[in-house]
Amino acid sequence: MGKKEIKKERIPVPERPAEERIKDFKEVKLGYTPELAIEEAKRCIQCPTAPCVEGCPVRVPIPQFIKLIAEGKFVEAARKIKEENILPSICGRVCPQEDQCEKVCVIGKIGQPVNIGGLEAFAGDYEARMGSEKIEKAEPTGKKVAIVGSGPGGITCAVDLAKLGHSVTIFEALHEPGGVLIYGIPEFRLPNEIVHRELEALKELGVEIKLNCVIGKTKTLEELRREFDAVFIASGAGLPYMLNIEGLNLNGVYSANEFLTRVNLMGAYRFPEYDTPVFAGKRLAVIGGGNTAMDVARTAKRLKGVEEVYIIYRRSEKEMPARVEEIHHAKEEGVIFKTLTNPVKFIGENGWLKGIECVRMELSEPDESGRRRPVPIEGSNFVIDVETVVLAIGQGPNPIVMEGVEGLEIGKWGQIIVDPETCQTSLEGVFAGGDVIHGGSTVIQAMGDARKAAAAIHEYLLEK
Amino acid sequence: MYRIVKKRELAENVDEFVIEAPEIAQKAKPGQFVIIRISKKGERIPLTIAEKDPEFGTITLMVQRVGKTTFHLSCFEEEHIIPDVVGPLGKPTHIEKWGHVVCIGGGLGLAPIHHIAQGVKEAGNEITTIMGFRRKDLVFWEDKMKLLSDKVIVTTNDGSYGMKGLVTDALQKLIDDGVKIDMVITAGPVPMMKAVAELTKKYEIPTVASLNPIMVDGTGMCGACRVTVDGEVKFACVDGPEFDAHKVDFDELINRLNMFKTLEAEALKMFQKKHCGCGKE
Ligand SMILES: Cc1cc2nc3c(=O)[nH]c(=O)nc-3n(C[C@H](O)[C@H](O)[C@H](O)COP(=O)(O)OP(=O)(O)OC[C@H]3O[C@@H](n4cnc5c(N)ncnc54)[C@H](O)[C@@H]3O)c2cc1C
Ligand SMILES: Cc1cc2nc3c(=O)[nH]c(=O)nc-3n(C[C@H](O)[C@H](O)[C@H](O)COP(=O)(O)OP(=O)(O)OC[C@H]3O[C@@H](n4cnc5c(N)ncnc54)[C@H](O)[C@@H]3O)c2cc1C
Ligand code: SF4
Ligand code: SF4
Ligand code: FES
Repeated sequence: MGKKEIKKERIPVPERPAEERIKDFKEVKLGYTPELAIEEAKRCIQCPTAPCVEGCPVRVPIPQFIKLIAEGKFVEAARKIKEENILPSICGRVCPQEDQCEKVCVIGKIGQPVNIGGLEAFAGDYEARMGSEKIEKAEPTGKKVAIVGSGPGGITCAVDLAKLGHSVTIFEALHEPGGVLIYGIPEFRLPNEIVHRELEALKELGVEIKLNCVIGKTKTLEELRREFDAVFIASGAGLPYMLNIEGLNLNGVYSANEFLTRVNLMGAYRFPEYDTPVFAGKRLAVIGGGNTAMDVARTAKRLKGVEEVYIIYRRSEKEMPARVEEIHHAKEEGVIFKTLTNPVKFIGENGWLKGIECVRMELSEPDESGRRRPVPIEGSNFVIDVETVVLAIGQGPNPIVMEGVEGLEIGKWGQIIVDPETCQTSLEGVFAGGDVIHGGSTVIQAMGDARKAAAAIHEYLLEK
Repeated sequence: MYRIVKKRELAENVDEFVIEAPEIAQKAKPGQFVIIRISKKGERIPLTIAEKDPEFGTITLMVQRVGKTTFHLSCFEEEHIIPDVVGPLGKPTHIEKWGHVVCIGGGLGLAPIHHIAQGVKEAGNEITTIMGFRRKDLVFWEDKMKLLSDKVIVTTNDGSYGMKGLVTDALQKLIDDGVKIDMVITAGPVPMMKAVAELTKKYEIPTVASLNPIMVDGTGMCGACRVTVDGEVKFACVDGPEFDAHKVDFDELINRLNMFKTLEAEALKMFQKKHCGCGKE
């Protein structure tokens, strides 16, 4: 591409206008067209050092796949990505790129970084439309691996191990596979169809998915250890943290998990065609500032009868852990941000939520860790009138999978402790990765762990 | 896939289903429940495992028709497949050799009470069962409870069968007669459990209640099933469903069961207007 002038601005990904998209649950982004993708791909200057690759937790060969897109070789581009990341259509949509690959893109120093995520999603989608290639499978090894959980961690580990010829069975507690990709992240950000597509590929590889099977209840981890040669636990972080303030159990107070599960997994936005209801009221507040909080707020905006949606967050917008794009989309869709605000009490009337008493906060001087702690401003209490509130203040690993297990080392917030190199737990033949070892993390982190674990499991099985 | 092996109507608006679920039948312990979903667009609803047969690989559920899902389920006949059944969920009942145990079930509360009584009997306890119904024609499973219990007292509100009155009247009578009671286990409508708890508290008889809050996943993931016990928030699906009845906030539970009442009524009305053609109302 020589010494041509670099385009500072990225080619925007076409999106549906906010007024239109808040009327349904269809995807907000329309995605690059081939022409736009080529144009954006040409902004990449193919740095020999490729800092972007270092920024990606699974080391996607970024310059190489982008070059293929620039050359119009879209299917090849997708296959290039898949050498390291089997779920480009998903990661391209949900990765926090601004903290990862795009954060270190050199173009970012003079303008906007290359839209690596947008290009990745484009390539993944393009290849899927063309019909994915048949995945090569090694000769059967006769070894059996059990995987607990069918989220991105479980899916990735299953694919790697099945390709290596092992027989893989996934056990999933819910009636649908996909983990947070299905029950958490809403369809307007990640259509279920895309997740289903990846799950189909799993089945083609001969991976069996056993639904409605809670490990720790229907079967125990010990039984899996007896019946299988190795076990990978990717049960996620499905235990919601509750805000222990007065009025927590009033009608109208939900956890983000309950709210999103009702709407996304159970289809409550199509009630009464679907049987599961969700009551959202006219005014709904979300407490928290992460991706989950944005997803809840934007989901609520799309529900019938909801007029006002607030985000209540105790720090300022700058400290919000949510992706910049999510915050931007939430604002476009009319979500009202109440930052530097902390709830102190849920106010009820006859058992139903009527409002939230809040206190205003200010940020203190940075402490040793460099973090500015929010402190309440005395006497600044005020009430926000709402019918419903959704708590999105984080979640931890669900202990159910560990029920009745001895000798599994667990950390102080319930996470499974593993060797960071191999994802091996303190139990022989048992590996773990994803949110169950990190608490809430990211899709790509779960996938990275899963790949590491798959390699270690393969080695373990060969030695066994 | 979970096949309906046997189905019969136990009383007005109450059905009994025997379902093929070998893994669950193997594991199920007294006090545990399953969550079922009967169609693609269906809701997940919790139902107690009233009985199990590990040898035949079946579990027995009894279901009261109260809303859309339970009415729809009652249209399912033998050989029909229920797509999703997950379990056994919840903590098994804590059972000891207490001595004389009074098991109190109101209506559908007999589902947990039956299975629990099996365990309580196995542990070598003496059992008196009090089963409460509104009227004579609603009585069911008296024969089964007789097999397990040393004594069975049936109460009906209108006196059309057994003793006239409420289960608490029968319990009060036992107490007044000087019967020594070491433990009370109760399940049924929340107001009934609340009344039992109030009575046994007065006489300092340890009491356990099997709670039935609204649930979604049943694995501790959503918190829909929150109850307050001894001032602390508990998730009934994983911490329960049984709790020390003297410490449960029953009023809160009653309130929380109303959370979706208006929407549920709407769904049932729609279902009954369209309904599935099985001939039921
Ligand atoms: C609302 C929301 C939005 C998010 N947005 C983003 C985002 O934009 N970008 C991003 O990178 N990350 C995001 N995340 C985080 C990301 O989804 C998770 O980090 C990722 O899904 C973790 O993958 P996992 O495979 O470890 O677990 P999960 O995806 O949580 O999957 C775990 C699976 O295991 C099952 N399971 C649990 N216990 C058992 C058991 N005992 N037996 C059988 N099965 C069991 C669960 O039902 C579930 O299906 C978001 C999370 C949420 C909740
Ligand atoms: C652990 C547990 C065990 C249970 N065991 C049994 C059982 O063995 N047999 C049985 O018939 N029912 C049992 N239930 C209650 C059963 O789950 C509900 O009746 C069912 O969910 C109603 O579904 P629906 O769609 O038919 O009615 P919905 O339309 O959901 O509700 C109709 C009406 O029923 C009430 N209701 C809703 N959910 C519950 C609930 N969880 N408990 C009590 N009332 C409710 C509502 O207030 C509403 O007015 C149990 C509940 C729990 C939590
Ligand atoms: S997987 Fe995620 S972090 Fe890696 S290149 Fe793709 S979008 Fe960037
Ligand atoms: S850092 Fe940016 S410009 Fe350089 S290779 Fe990576 S994507 Fe291209
Ligand atoms: S039903 Fe979801 S946590 Fe208990």
